Amino acid sequence: MSVILQVRDLNLWYGDHQALQNIQMDVPANEITALIGPSGCGKSTFLKSINRMNDLIPGVRIEGTVTYSGINIYDPAVDTTWLRKQIGMVFQKPNPFPMSIYDNIAYGPRTHGTRSKLQLDEIVETSLRDAAIWNEVKDRLKSSALGLSGGQQQRLCIARALAVKPDILLMDESTSALDPISTAKIEDLAVELKSKYTVIIVTHNMQQATRVSDKTAFFLLGEVVEFGDTERIFSTPVDKRTEDYITGRFG
Amino acid sequence: MEHLSSRRRAYDRGLRFLLYLCAGITCALLVFLIGYIFYHGLGSISWQLLSTQSSYLNDTIGILPNLLNTLYIILVSMVVVLPLGVGAAVYLTEYATNHKVVNIIEFATETLTGIPSIIFGLVGMLFFIQIMGLKQGILAGGLTLVLMILPVIVRTTQESLKTVPQSYREGALALGAGKWHTVRTVVLPNAVDGIITGCILAVGRIVGESAALLFTAGFGLVLNSFGTALQSSSATLTVALYVYASERGETEVAFAIAAILMILTFLINLAANLVGRKLKKSK
Repeated sequence: MSVILQVRDLNLWYGDHQALQNIQMDVPANEITALIGPSGCGKSTFLKSINRMNDLIPGVRIEGTVTYSGINIYDPAVDTTWLRKQIGMVFQKPNPFPMSIYDNIAYGPRTHGTRSKLQLDEIVETSLRDAAIWNEVKDRLKSSALGLSGGQQQRLCIARALAVKPDILLMDESTSALDPISTAKIEDLAVELKSKYTVIIVTHNMQQATRVSDKTAFFLLGEVVEFGDTERIFSTPVDKRTEDYITGRFG
Repeated sequence: MEHLSSRRRAYDRGLRFLLYLCAGITCALLVFLIGYIFYHGLGSISWQLLSTQSSYLNDTIGILPNLLNTLYIILVSMVVVLPLGVGAAVYLTEYATNHKVVNIIEFATETLTGIPSIIFGLVGMLFFIQIMGLKQGILAGGLTLVLMILPVIVRTTQESLKTVPQSYREGALALGAGKWHTVRTVVLPNAVDGIITGCILAVGRIVGESAALLFTAGFGLVLNSFGTALQSSSATLTVALYVYASERGETEVAFAIAAILMILTFLINLAANLVGRKLKKSK
C-alpha cells in the first residue's frame, strides 16, 4: 500500500471556531477512503482542505501539513491551479455549467491549455466513458447539460473532473441529492475508478461507506476518532464513540 | 349580524370603487399624455424635418443634426461607461474582500443615481470644460453622462453577477481555473443578459437627458461630422426640444421631437424587455 496523501497535525479555524483538530491521516493510493460522521463534524471541511477550496472562505486559518507527492500543499509557493488539477472534486449537488455537454467536459482541458479539437474530442469521449455516461449522451454532446437528469448531471460532473486527469478525486456527499438508482450507478463508478484514481468520499450513508470504501475515517467534533480498514471499523470498532455512531445511537 | 355584514359590504364596495378610480385616473393620464403629444407631434413629422438641418435663409427647420448628436452622445458615453462600469462591478462582486468598503461604495453609487441631473451638468461644466479645457460639445457632454449613468451600469451588472450561482464558480475553481478565467468563462457569460438590460436602460436615460447637457454639450443646431461634433456645441434631441419650444417658439417642432422621443423610449424599453425575456428563455 502506497500513501498518496499524508496529513499531519492539521488544525483549521473558521474565525474563532476550531473546525478541525490535530488530524493525522495517511490516505492510501488507488483505494476508496470514506469519511463518515454526524453533521458538522468537520468531514466536509477536511475534504475541502485537501484541494484548498477552503481558501475561498474568508476568515479561515489553517495549521499543519498536507503532503501530496512530496510537497506540502499549504506551502505559499504551491499554485492552487496545479493542485486542483491534480486533486479534482465533485460536489454535493450536481453543478454542470450552463453549456453543452461537450463544453462542460472540455472546460478543464481548455483551461489548462488544450486547444486541439482532435485531442479534446478524445478527452471528452474517454472521460464520459470513464464516468459511465457515454452511451447516454453520445448523440447529444452539443445540447445543454442542464437538460440531463440529476443523476446524469452528477456523472457528467465526475466526467468533467476526470477530464483534467487528476490523481485524486474528492466526492463531497455526491449522491445525497440523487435517487437510489443513480446512487447505485455512482457507487459502482467509484469502485471502478479506483483502479486509475484515488477516491475520497464524504458520506452520511453508512451502508454506502461499507459498500464502496476500503478505508473509513470516523469524524466527531473536528477530530478523527478512528481510522482504519472499513471492514474492521464496522465489525470491531475500537472506540466506544465509533461503535455508538455506527450502531445508530446518535447521528 | 345582518347590519354588520351589509355595512361591510358597502365598505368593501366603496374601497373597491376608490381603487378602480386610482387605476382609472393613472391610465387616463397616461393615455391623455401620449395621445396629446402624438396628436400635436405626429402631424409635424416630415421627411424634410428628419433629413435636413435648420436654415435661417430658407426659413426651414430640420432636426437631422440633433438626431445624429443623440447617436454620437450615446456612442461616446457607452464606449466609456461600459468597460468602466462592468469592470468596477466585477471587482466589487468577485474580487473585493473588504465588505465594509464594498458597502460604502454600493451606498455611494445608490446615492449617485438619485442626484438631480442638473448637478451632474454643473460638475461636468466645471470639471471637463473649465478645468480640463474641453470645448462644449459631444465629448464633454458624453463624459458628463458617463458620470451620471455609471452607477446604473455598476448596479445592474452587480445585481446580475450576484444571480450567477456560487456553484458555477466553485465548479470552475475546483477544476483548477484561475480567478479571472472563472469570471471570464463562467460568471460573465451568465450575467450578460443583466448587463445588456442595464445598457439599454442606460441608453434610455441618455436619450431622455437634457439638464446635464445644457451646460456641457451645448445648444448648437448645426450639422457636424462626428469628429467636429466632439468639440463643438451640439444639441441632442431633448436639448433641441427645449431650444425650439422656449427660444424660438416653434411649438409644433417641439411636439414633433417629443413624439420622436416617445417612440424612441418605447422602442428602447421594448428592446430591454425582449432581450431580458429571450435570454431568460434560452437558459
